Amino acid sequence: MAVNDTLEGTHKIHEEAAAQRPGQLMPILNDFSQELTTLNLGPTHPATHGIFQNILQMDGERIVSGVPTIGYIHRAFEKLAERKPFYQITTLTDRMNYCSSPINNLGWHMTVEKLLGVTVPKRAQYIRVIMMELARIADHLICNSILGVDTGAFTGFLYVFQEREKIYEIYEEVCGARLTTNMGRVGGMERDLSPAALDKLRAWLKSFPAVMKEFENMFNRNRIFMDRVVNVGPISAEKALSYGFTGPNLRAAGVDYDVRAMNPYSSYEDFEFDIPVGTNGDTYDRFIVRNEEIWQSLRIINQAVDKLPEGPYHADAPHYYLPTKPEVYKNMEALIYHFKIVMGEIDAPVGEVYHAVEGGNGELGFYLISDGGRTPYRLHFRRPCFIYYQAYPEMAVGTTLSDAIVILSSMNVIAGELDA
Amino acid sequence: MTPQDAAAAPEAPVAEDPIKAQNAQVLALLMRLFGEATFTDVHEPYGLLTATTTREKIHEIIAGLQQDQELKFHFLTTMCGINYPENEGKELGMIYHLHSMTKNIRLRLKIFFPIADAVVPTLTDLYNTANWMEREAYDFFGIVFTGHPNLIRILNVEDMDYFPMRREYPVEDGTREDKTDLFFGR
Repeated sequence: MAVNDTLEGTHKIHEEAAAQRPGQLMPILNDFSQELTTLNLGPTHPATHGIFQNILQMDGERIVSGVPTIGYIHRAFEKLAERKPFYQITTLTDRMNYCSSPINNLGWHMTVEKLLGVTVPKRAQYIRVIMMELARIADHLICNSILGVDTGAFTGFLYVFQEREKIYEIYEEVCGARLTTNMGRVGGMERDLSPAALDKLRAWLKSFPAVMKEFENMFNRNRIFMDRVVNVGPISAEKALSYGFTGPNLRAAGVDYDVRAMNPYSSYEDFEFDIPVGTNGDTYDRFIVRNEEIWQSLRIINQAVDKLPEGPYHADAPHYYLPTKPEVYKNMEALIYHFKIVMGEIDAPVGEVYHAVEGGNGELGFYLISDGGRTPYRLHFRRPCFIYYQAYPEMAVGTTLSDAIVILSSMNVIAGELDA
Repeated sequence: MTPQDAAAAPEAPVAEDPIKAQNAQVLALLMRLFGEATFTDVHEPYGLLTATTTREKIHEIIAGLQQDQELKFHFLTTMCGINYPENEGKELGMIYHLHSMTKNIRLRLKIFFPIADAVVPTLTDLYNTANWMEREAYDFFGIVFTGHPNLIRILNVEDMDYFPMRREYPVEDGTREDKTDLFFGR
């Protein structure tokens, strides 16, 4: 065996040659002794569903280390919010978690209401609950069905995407928009739940459970699916808490923290629902917890539709609630308020308020500091994705590339919320 | 009816606000654990206990709160930087939101320090989640966290040479005139 047949021998020859010619250019030797490959996963990889870059060190097919790079769609929302009046910030919140924008919109409006001390009538609160739970269902449907796609099952995705489309039609009836909804107003909703919206909602509540059941039948005990997700990317409850996990990912690890139950907002205390928890915190648990949350959200919507109280759909807060168009055309006061609100001439009281809602991915917090001006002095978004995505390298290390994709998918990292 | 009774009478019918009572308890405990002089500017905006302390004490306080068997502040909800340019000597600040899930108590702690010496101890040894939050604060406010394992920019490009969330950088170019509004003055 010649000297240069072995790795050690090759290195030795290389070192000796380098010693004889100091300062001269030497060919770069591939360091096969480590046999690590650097793999650039992303920024635009079709299986990552967003712009995430991960620089992975691979030992064969095993991931040895990963370094995530984020910020590819950073749009400086916190800076922009320092210049925008409160209504214009709603459109920024749309673009954070764009899979469940109504939760962001209404969470933001509730924050402003808390600052202003506006009490929202029961009917508006119930409509908000319905819309937020619809958004949660849409969010979880996307996450779980995409997880199916990533494990090779496309059918489930198509089944439930039709239902997501119907949810978007209900959004359309309520606010006129589909994806970036800009829903609600400070003080209530912009319009009442119309008969058409209620009809669509009732029809959907009848048809959806069968589809969901079919989706669950296809996945929950599917041998191929389970082989791909059980014990993939587990995280312990302590680790998850330390990493700041919230929402379904934390509940999958076995911690029953849900903002809706712990700090109820918008009349969530009126409804009966369970908080599903997992045990291992692995991909399968995250999938099952999300599925179960969809059923619980359905329970909440059913109760809210049944108990929907009569009454006004917005608070009597003319300084902050944008008046309806017919009023603006006929009524002087309404015209003045419309003008002042649209021009952002409404001053908010001095104060600081932290308001958290249960977003699709966890505790979505708005920390608003007002110095009494027309815009926030500082607005900080607690974005659940941003906070829990930092655990991703730890969860992915030791798994294979295909598992890493599944873990990323099951964590439901939304690029818009991650980068804000 | 004695004068003592008269003084006590108006207090009795007032229903004790549970949040206020809880905050008072937490505050008493904080004062006992870390000393009364540690906390200044204590108030409760919208029911959330808020206190200002110093950067020398912050690590000790949060570590103490995390290990405290009664309160168990195991969860760091969020932290963010803030800039008050007109606050001489205390231009920059960090605001911490802690959450005790077992007792459902939230707590907000603030520290302020000069912009020329924006150095704060890291919390990464207490909470894993502090890592990216501190990188974000560094990225946007230039707050340096001593002991942070990887303090580099996170959302902005690496070669950015300023800290964009500081108030000295306006959102819009100040020399633009096409957006000036003669009636509303902005």
